[in-house]
Formats: sequence, C-alpha cells, structure tokens
Amino acid sequence: MESKTKKIFQLFLVFLKIGAFTFGGGYAMIPIIQKEIVENKKWITDDDILEIIAIAESTPGPIAINSATFVGYRVAGFFGAMLATLGVVLPSFVIILLISFVLREFQDIPAVQYAFNGIRAGVLALLIKALVTMYKKAPKGLVSYIVIGASFLITAFFDINVLFVIIGCAVFGLVTSLIAERRSKK
Amino acid sequence: MNIFLDLFLTFFKIGAFTFGGGYAMLPLMQEEVLAHKWMPLEDVVNFIAVSESTPGPFAINMATYVGSEVGGAFGLAGSLFGSFCATFGVVLPSFIVILIVAKCFERFKNSKVVKGCMTGLKPAVVGLIGSAIISVLLTVFIPNGFSLGIFTDASFYVSLAIFVICTVMAFKKVHPIIIIVLAAVLGIVTGYVL
Repeated sequence: MESKTKKIFQLFLVFLKIGAFTFGGGYAMIPIIQKEIVENKKWITDDDILEIIAIAESTPGPIAINSATFVGYRVAGFFGAMLATLGVVLPSFVIILLISFVLREFQDIPAVQYAFNGIRAGVLALLIKALVTMYKKAPKGLVSYIVIGASFLITAFFDINVLFVIIGCAVFGLVTSLIAERRSKK
Repeated sequence: MNIFLDLFLTFFKIGAFTFGGGYAMLPLMQEEVLAHKWMPLEDVVNFIAVSESTPGPFAINMATYVGSEVGGAFGLAGSLFGSFCATFGVVLPSFIVILIVAKCFERFKNSKVVKGCMTGLKPAVVGLIGSAIISVLLTVFIPNGFSLGIFTDASFYVSLAIFVICTVMAFKKVHPIIIIVLAAVLGIVTGYVL
C-alpha cells in the first residue's frame, strides 16, 4: 500500500514539472511525458503514449488534462488520476493568477497599451499560422470541406451559437460516415 | 445567477464541447466571454499573447485569467475563488470522460460512433477557428468600426506592417515568444513616434 501512495506522490511531482515547463501546452507535452514516465519511471510503454494521443484527440478538453488523467489512472487508479491532473494544472493556475494581478496594475500605462497594440497584430499572425497547421492536419475529402465551409460561414455571418454548430458537425460526420460504410458494404 | 456558479458552469460547458488541443477552445471561449460581457475581445487577444509566453495549456490559462478578472470585482478572495471555479469547471469534463474511457478503452477505441463524430468535429474546429480569427482581425485593424477614415489613419498601416512581419516570421517557424516580444517592441516604438 505504501508503494502506491509513493507512486501517487511521484505522479503529482512529475506532472507538476510537466505543467511548469511546457510552453504552448498540448502536443508540446508529449515528448516530456515520454521522457519522464516511459524512460525514467517506466510506468507505461511507448505504445501507451500513442493510445493516449489517440484518446486525447477524440475526447473533449485540453490534451494536457486528458493525458495527465489517463496516465495517472493507468499508473495508480482514481487518486493517481486526480493528483496527476492537479499537478499539471497547478503551475498554470498559480502563474496566471499572479499575472492577472500584475496586468491589472500596469494595463493603463501608455507603454503597456502601445505594446499590446503591437502584440495583438502579432497574435493574429500566430492564430493564422495555427489555423493553417490545423487545416493541414484535418481530414481531406468532400465531407471535410463541406463542414469547414459551413461551420465557418454559419458562425462568421449568422448569430448562431457555436455549441449548436459543434453538435451539428458531429452529427453530420456520424451520419455521412455511417452512410459511406453502408455503401461500401453493398 | 451567482457569478461564481456561472463561471463554473460556463467553463464546464467550454471544457465539455471542445475537441482537439490548443486554440480549438478559442471560438467557444470567445463567444461565451463576450456574451457574458466578462471582458472585451481586445483583452482576450492580449491574453493569448500572455498564454503563449507562460507555461501550461491555453485552456487552463484562459480559464484562470477570466475567473480572476470576473471574480476580481469582489476583491482578492473573489479573484482567487473565481479563477478556481473557472479552472475547475474547464478541467472537470475531461477528467470525468477520461476516467470512463480508461475503464472501457477497447470499446471506445473501436467505436464507430466516436470515429464518425470525429470526421465531423475535426474539420469543424478549422472552420470555427477561421471564423474566430475574422473577429480578431476586425479588432486589430478597425477597433473603432469601419469607416473610410481608417485608410488615412497611421495606426492602421502600423498594425498592418506588424502583422505582415509577424506572419512571415510565424511561417518561418520563429518561436512564438520571439514574435510576441518583437510585436511588443514595434508597438511601443511606433506608439511613441506617432
């Protein structure tokens, strides 16, 4: 029993480290998980990592949380999942909380406002880069292009809740893939 | 509704309906934050830069920040509790779903329903982010709404120049933090010159 408590504590520490040193989140975290959990601790294997990525991609929520919860559960059950998730969240939480206080103090200074005027143009560039990367990773084909076009046009020009668009696209994907499967069987 | 309960429920919804990492959360986050009038779009965009330059996932950073800003109306303790509610809310759906999936992994992995939904969800994220970017584009270039006057406004051309430089750097795979620092410096220099 003591070894399990120890494992849970170690999970917390490892994910604390992962949370504190990954910039940009998500996929940036995978190589660090691999090094810490697979190579150093030998808690899970490389194949498990691939499974985790596959799962994280098809479940809701940030990839960092998904992988922390999954690894924690695999290694030490429910409390492992809880402590690993807590560990990966805690550094962001503390750092951002402090930053929110600092921003509040300094945001009215002209130099800071000028800086953010420039930064917003820079962020726009980063978002466009991210969009192109995501487009390249998205599935190709007619269904995919219809969904991209429709979800873009509907949310850009009509006042329709994003939530409905997400649900609608999931249903559309499900229906078209079931139809495609039935056709290929005939 | 109680503001803290509202923070929790809203971020729970955001956490439950965002698939894929990184900016996949931006469209829903943007819609909810603006609909609640929690902060202007400008602040959201500013914060994307902060999030890129600090460790941790965008979703957690954003939840903590919005929670702290909204709860801040009730002082320091309000900030702390607000950020806790939002962050807990955004994390909880993933946590619950993964625990369930971990128990019946084989069935989940081979599920035709999950695979089918994903063929719609993956491209949807691209379209939704595209649409979110249009709003960001408008705040960057015409913050005060469109009029012919913007073409005689120097700040429009400054933003355009910074945007073009940063886009070229982003596609040349320069690190985001370097791009943000450069954009900040250019913003400060042009701000004092004009």
